[in-house]
Parts: sequence; C-alpha cells; structure tokens
Amino acid sequence: MRGIRYTVTPMNANIRRSWSTLLLLVLAGCGGSPWNNPYPAADSGKNILYSSFAERPKHLDPVQSYSSNEITFTAQIYEPPLQYHYLKRPYELIPCVAEQVPQPRYYDVRGRQLPATAAAKDIAYAVYEIKIKRGVKYQPHPAFARNAGGELIYQDLSERELADKNVLADFREQGTRELKARDFVYQIKRLAHPRLHSPILGLMEGYIVGLREYADKLRRVNDELAKKGTGDAWIDLDKYPLAGAEVVDDYTYRIRLNGQYPQFLYWLAMPFFAPVPVEADRFFGQPAMAKKNLTLDWYPVGTGPYMLTENNPNRVMVLERNPNFHGETYPGEGEPGDAAAGLLADAGKPLPFIDKVVFSLEKEGIPSWNKFLQGYYDASGIMSDTFDQAVRFSAGGEAAVTESMQKRGIRLSTTVAVSTYYMGFNMLDSVVGGTSERARKLRQAISIAVDYEEYISIFQNGRGIPAQSPIPPGIFGFRDGRDGINPVVYTWNGREPKRKPIEAAKKLLAEAGYPNGIDAKTGAPLVLYFDVTARGAEVKSTLDWYQNQFAKINVQLQVRPTDYNRFQDKMRKGNAQIYEWGWHADYPDPENFLFLLHSAQSKVKTQGENASNYANPEYDRLFEKMKNMPNSAERQAIIDRMLDILRQDAPWLWGFHPKDYALYHSWYGNLKPNKIAYNTVKYQRIDAALREKKRREWNQPVWWPLVLGALVLAVFAVPAVIAWRRRERGTAQP
Amino acid sequence: MIAYIIRRLLYAVPILLGVNVITFALFFLVNTPDDMARMQLGVKRVTPEAIASWKQERGYDQPLLYNSAAAGAGKLTHTIFYEKSLRMFVFDFGRADDGRDIAREIRLRMGPSLAVAIPAFFVGLLVYITFALGFAFFRATYIDFWGVVICVAAMSISSMFYIIGGQYLIGKLWHLVPISGFSGGVDALRFILLPAAVGVIGGFGASTRLYRTFFLEEIGKDYVRTARAKGLSEVTVLFRHVLKNALIPILTGVVVAIPFLFIGGLITESFFGIPGLGSYTVDAINSQDFAIVRSMVFIGSLLYIAGLLLTDISYTLVDPRVRLA
Repeated sequence: MRGIRYTVTPMNANIRRSWSTLLLLVLAGCGGSPWNNPYPAADSGKNILYSSFAERPKHLDPVQSYSSNEITFTAQIYEPPLQYHYLKRPYELIPCVAEQVPQPRYYDVRGRQLPATAAAKDIAYAVYEIKIKRGVKYQPHPAFARNAGGELIYQDLSERELADKNVLADFREQGTRELKARDFVYQIKRLAHPRLHSPILGLMEGYIVGLREYADKLRRVNDELAKKGTGDAWIDLDKYPLAGAEVVDDYTYRIRLNGQYPQFLYWLAMPFFAPVPVEADRFFGQPAMAKKNLTLDWYPVGTGPYMLTENNPNRVMVLERNPNFHGETYPGEGEPGDAAAGLLADAGKPLPFIDKVVFSLEKEGIPSWNKFLQGYYDASGIMSDTFDQAVRFSAGGEAAVTESMQKRGIRLSTTVAVSTYYMGFNMLDSVVGGTSERARKLRQAISIAVDYEEYISIFQNGRGIPAQSPIPPGIFGFRDGRDGINPVVYTWNGREPKRKPIEAAKKLLAEAGYPNGIDAKTGAPLVLYFDVTARGAEVKSTLDWYQNQFAKINVQLQVRPTDYNRFQDKMRKGNAQIYEWGWHADYPDPENFLFLLHSAQSKVKTQGENASNYANPEYDRLFEKMKNMPNSAERQAIIDRMLDILRQDAPWLWGFHPKDYALYHSWYGNLKPNKIAYNTVKYQRIDAALREKKRREWNQPVWWPLVLGALVLAVFAVPAVIAWRRRERGTAQP
Repeated sequence: MIAYIIRRLLYAVPILLGVNVITFALFFLVNTPDDMARMQLGVKRVTPEAIASWKQERGYDQPLLYNSAAAGAGKLTHTIFYEKSLRMFVFDFGRADDGRDIAREIRLRMGPSLAVAIPAFFVGLLVYITFALGFAFFRATYIDFWGVVICVAAMSISSMFYIIGGQYLIGKLWHLVPISGFSGGVDALRFILLPAAVGVIGGFGASTRLYRTFFLEEIGKDYVRTARAKGLSEVTVLFRHVLKNALIPILTGVVVAIPFLFIGGLITESFFGIPGLGSYTVDAINSQDFAIVRSMVFIGSLLYIAGLLLTDISYTLVDPRVRLA
C-alpha cells in the first residue's frame, strides 16, 4: 500500500491563514488597544486631549468668529494683547502678548492730556499705547515660506500652480517670523473689511477714531473692484491708513478711541484684536484659494500655544502644539482654595502641557455620553436624560456624582455661568408695556406669579439660581444675600430669599385694574401673548408650565410658537408682547448686562440689544455715569440704584442664571471652570498612562453573546437542514 | 434602445427645471434672504448694514424671480432664481453661504456615504434574498410562519431603535466596535461594521417579506411544476428558475435605490458620526443654506432619474421579452 502523503493545498493554507489572522485580531483585542477605540491605535497612551463638538464652526477668522463653538478653537491659536488670569477671581486682566496691561491716556478736544481722573464729559479721546513682547513667533505656515533670495514662495500663485493643492499640508515649504506691532493694526483694519462682516464693526465704529470713515472707504474700493469684474481681488489694507490705529515702532502700536471706554480693555482680550499677519491674509486672498476652501476662515494663523493642523469639520478638528510658541508659565497664585485643590502644583512650569487636542464631531448626545463613559472623551456635559445617572443631591442640596460615576473616578464641577435667561415684556405694548402704574403693577404681579425656583427644579434639574437682577454672580455689581434680593418679588426669611405668596401677586393684579384676571373696565378676561421659537413635544411641558403660572393669578397666557426668523422679525417690529431670551457676557463688567436695558439699544428703534425697548431717563442717565467708572463703592451705589429702578419697573422677569455642570475623568487635571476665558487648554494636563489603563479596564471585548448567537443559529439551522434533505429525497411537492 | 435613452434624458430637462422651481418656491416661502444672512452672521450685534452687505455679496439682494428694474433679458437673468438655480444645469453648484465650495464638499462627503451604504446594500440584498428563498422553500411550515412573524415584528420597529440598540449592545456593552466616528483607509472598516449591520437588520423585515412574496408568486407557476417534474432538485428550481424570474420585480426596487446610496442615510450618519451627504443636506436645511439645499435636491433628482432609467434598461437584461422603444 502506498503511503499517504498529506499535501498542504492552497485552500488549506488560506483557511489556516484566515484563522491565524482572526486569532491575532482576538489577541490584539486582549492586550492591545480596545476594539471599540475610535482613535488610531498609534495614538494610544499619548498626551492628547479628546473632546467633541456638535456644530461645525462657521468662522475661524478672528475678525468674524463670535460664537462659543468657534472661540473654543480660535482662543487656543490666536493671542490678543491681553488675557484673563486663569485662577484669580474676580476675573482679572493680565498681559498675553502685550508686555503689560495698557493704561489709557486721556485728551481733550484740543489735544491736551488730561489726568486719569478726568470727568468723562471732558474726555475727547482715550489713547491706548500697547507694547508687545519681543521674540514672539508665528506658527510654521506656508504664508511665511521664503526662498533663498528672501522672497515669499507662495504669493502670486497661478491657478495651474494651485491645481494640486487642496489642503494646507500640500504646501511643502513653511516659514515663520516674529510678531510685530503692525500685525495688530492690520487686524483692526480688517474689522472694517467689507467682505468680512465683523459683528463688532458697528460697535467699534463708535469708538475707534476714523473706523467708520475707513469702512466707507473700503466699501468704495470694493465696489470699484466689483465694477471692474475683480470683485474677489485682495485689498491691500496697508495702502489705506486708519487714523485710530497706528504703528509707533516694531513693537508698539496705539489705538485712539472717541471718548472714554474703560471696557475696551476687555475687548483687547478677545480674538477680534489678536494679530493677523498680512502675509497670511495675502496668501489666502489669492484667486482660486477660496474655491479650494483655503481661507483664513478655515486655516487660522496665530502665535498661540496650538495650531490647527487638521480642519475637517465634517469629522474631526485637531490642534497640535505650536513648536514656535514663545513660552508662558503656569500661574503661581490664585484663589485661597486653589493650592489645596492642587491647582498650583505646576506653578512656574512651561506651557502648554498637552501636545494635541482632538475634537470629534458628535451631533447626538447619546453616543457622546457613552464614549465619555468608556473613557474616549475626557470631559462631558450632562444631558437631562442622563442627569440622574450622573448626579445626586445630598440632604443639604449639594450636588455630587453618583456611585457609578465615583467608581470610575469621575469628578463633577459646577459653576454659575455669567449668563442670564429671562422673560421680557415689550414696553411698547399697549397692555404690558409703558410706564403707567397699571402696567407696572401688572408686570410686578406676573413677576411674583412665575415661580423660577420651581422652573429650575423641574426643567433644569436644579442647575441654576433664580436671578434677582440682570447681573449674574461673579460680575461686579452682583450682591449676594439679603442686600441683593429683588424686594418686589422676594422677602428675606433670615437665611435666603423667599418668593412672596401668590396673594401678593393677586393684590397687585387687582390694583392694576385686573381683579381676578378680569379687566375691570371691559369685563373681559385678561389674555396675554407669549411669542416663542421653541416648538415640538419636548418643550410643550415648559410652555404648559408657563401657562399654569399665569393661571395662578387667572391670567390667560396664549403661546404663539413661530420659527426663529419670524420671531426675530416680530421682535424687530415690536409685535411681540412677552418673549424669552438670554445673554452671555462678552466680558466681566456690569455694563455688558445693564446696557441690555438702555434706551439707545432699543431693538425697534435702533436694532439694538434692548429687546424690551425699555426706556427710563433716570436709568439711562445713571448708566451713562456708571459705564465708565472703575469698580468702586461709588459705582456699586449707582448700580444699586439702577437695579432698584429696574425692579420697580419690572421690564423683565429676572429669570435665572444657569449653573453649568461638567464631568471630568480622573486623568484630566488643572481644571478650574472659567466662564469668560476660553484659552484655558494650555493650563490643563492629561495623565495619558492612567487614561490608557482605565480604557483597557473598561473596554474589554465581550465575545460570549456572539458565540451564543452563532450557536443558537446553528441549533435552528440543524432541523432546517434535516427538513431540506428530507424534502429533496421525498416525492415532488405541488 | 439608444433612442429610448436619449428620449428619457430629454424628458429629464423639464423635470429638473420643475424640481428647481418647486425647491426654490418652497425654500423662499419660509426663508427670506434676510433670514439667511442672520443665520450666517450670528445672533449678537448684527446690523442692518452687515445684512445688506452679505446679501449683496452673494447675489441675494436681487428679486427672486422677476426683476422689473432691469432691462430686456435682464428682467429674468438678474434674479436669484436664474443666478442660483439655473446654473446647476451646467453643474456649477457655486459656494455655500459660508463661502465653501459645494462641489468639493460633495466629492469629499460622497465617499463616507458610499462606504456605509454599499456594504449595507449588497450584504442586505444577499441576506434578504437568501432568507426569502429559505422561507419560500419551507413554505407552509413552522419555519415560514415564524419567519413571517419575525419579519413583521422587525419592520414594525423604528430604525432609531436599531441604531441606538446596536450602539448600546455592540458598542457600549460588548465593546466590539466604536460607538461612532469615522476614519479613512482600512481603519474605516471598524466604523462601518456597525452602521452597515444596523442598516441590514433595519431593512430585513420589509425586504425579506416582500421578496418572499415575489418568490411564492413564481413558485406557483407552471414552469416551476414542469421543472420539478423533470426531476430537478428544489434548490436548482429555486436558484435557476424562480430567482431569475422573481428578479424582475426585485430589480424595480433595487436598481432605483442604487443612486441614492450616494446621498446616504440621514439618521444613520448623524448617530454614527459619518461625515456623509445625508448629514450635509440636513445641516444645510437647518442653517438655511439655499445653495447647498438646491444642489442636493438637484443631485437627488438627477440620481432618481438615472435610477429609473437604469431600472428600465435592466429589465431588458433579465427579461428578454422586454424591449425599449
């Protein structure tokens, strides 16, 4: 008998290879990066911060960017002259790329310098002279790339030369240069660029000398270009000087303002006043660049600790450490509790600590939350659906994480936002508006009836504090305790404000001429209209709640839902009676909240931010006096008087100041919530080794359900196969 | 056939024109150029001058359909409709309201949509046909009965349930694949598995049941009885005869769906973080970006016309009795 030789056939080899591959994959899942890791395996254990964004940023150009989802990026890239101290409270301005916080010099109409304590009415001009730090360099960028002869390589490129360039990385050569004062002046000029539509142009035109005329001039230049058919051509702003912004030398520039405007320093801490190099503007201004989405709005160029290396707002945006960052150190002082919280452990160390920040697009809350629990996001907000899973309240009302969160080492941070959400009355309305005693008492009655403590408890999961005025905590002018309550709506019970009883509201309503919700003159029930933008099942409960609040004093509230654009239209025309709105601070000054009720800001008359169209001459006068004052006892006294006026007139139901709750993993350090500054990533730390360890621990693949499912399928398949074979062998079926 | 194809393509022109007009009318019935400007310029400190300037730059300061102030042909050509909608007939989609090139965005986003849709489509087809044939084979038995029950139950459940359930089970509890996200290259496989599987499972109920009906209809015909009488095995009868003839109605639904693979699934892309064309369209609707909306509607219409044409052509391939005239 011949021996049987077993030959490895190609089929057998393939099968063995497949099983080997599968085995390797399984083993990789056991010891390597977890299978459900959404990030490349090569990034495991690296010093990377992982975050998410829900809405793609529309603008990254600092002259246009004004939304919080945009400044999250631009604040890490652009460096304005000033910034906020990371740890100190109240928020304090410190130098960023400026050498020091500039102090204004005041001049009268004749150009004579005035003392710092000069009266506002005497001040014709305020001059800010800003000296910048030397040796600050821009991030590496092709706009700065030069050839051996010193010429910029990528200027005046033809369409043919741009044909193979689709992303910034396609430009192989890069360069850098030192930051100069002219870059700041260039950016100020860009505020007036007719194609850029800076949201603060209207405001700054009133302050920066010559900016209005400059904007008109640029508009004419742009129109001329359009007539010639070169409407997209780059406008060289260096050809057109701006009177209110001048370069003194390479490291000094001056800004001249009309009148006194102390809040201007806060604007100098915003990316609007960060430097933009002309080379970058010219680079991106070349024809055909925009067609390839190669714009400054898409690829910011800054001196900050990070640079945007990947901009794919459909999927991911990546910030990486700027190798040319001039260096800054972690602060050595803060608030009293900061040292104990470990926030000063890195004092004096060079920034930034984190190498890379990866933002992934997450449109839905559920996947984002689950990935946070798996350790794939380092921090997370809390949705209403998951609030009970994450937070519990102690008997004393203190918020803390639940046990399941504690087991994972997740920490909770709460902070009151520098925002306010309110319900407003249109003061031009014939029923709820006006200065008559009747209308005032009606508004006051409603202010008592709408119970915001209950609103916060039901709809915000307790995340908020009832507002006593427009000014939130943390802003000068806010008073805590008994001195800060709204006496029209609250009394003080010895420990805390207590809302007046509903009978007080009914009494006011009767005094207003609507006893029991009936118009005493006409006998008709009082019906008021609430214009809202929110629609759908999820807000129905909120709107029902509002109606119930008004019903407590027998007033009918009719809800008029509409889309946001129609709502804006109604507000601009003064057709809304009662509305709801909010405001987040641009900067930590009471002027930024109290201006919302200044008559010059009337939405109907001037398209301003005073949505109630409130007008009170005494309030306006006090506002004009208060707005330019430094924080002092005198300023506080004026603000107190202004708030008294507002509380009596009640143009708003003061609503609430939201409390932000955020969750952080144990490996995410140096965190102190900051509701004004956004350039805080540079101070933060990641313990990448700890994170990797936790991820592996929490994300071991679970195989048994698949094996069980396969077995079940097999079990059901067996009788099916038996039945099939029986049929094949049986007689023919009809 | 060539004449038929040319005729159908010529029919497409008035259809696309009509679609353009209707899209235009519907969009501007609820949105004005002022509204669009405010969407782009933001909420804070938006001045009437900024709005006017924004509109003028993008050509939204002109009349919608008829410009009485213009002369001659300008009455029709100096309008938003002519400049924004008619240019698409030469595939000039222009730029989105935020300045980004639409054609480029479409090219970039098509890949991710296809990466999820194609596997889901073909694997789904294979699974549905296999199970439908299986149920047809075991017709009038408990396998068929319970199969139909499962199909009805499956098609009664919302696709959202499959998405969230799939993410919860496979991504969160079992840690087998990432819950959401996307990547390029070979790494995309990890991210495609779950949405593709969810797509297949989501369509299982309706498609399997439908195909089962087609197969049962064919099985009852004389030629099948003849084939059995000739002694062919049931498997041969099903695959060689029944499947081929049942393909005709199957093709109606399948071929017309192929062009829509490019558009992607809206909810799937949102939940799984797939940067495809479905989410592109919805984002555009939410941000009132008419330039993108009209481009996507135009492309969708074009693809639908192409799909129907392909369906007609495919009939001639599977049914020799059909000839296009």
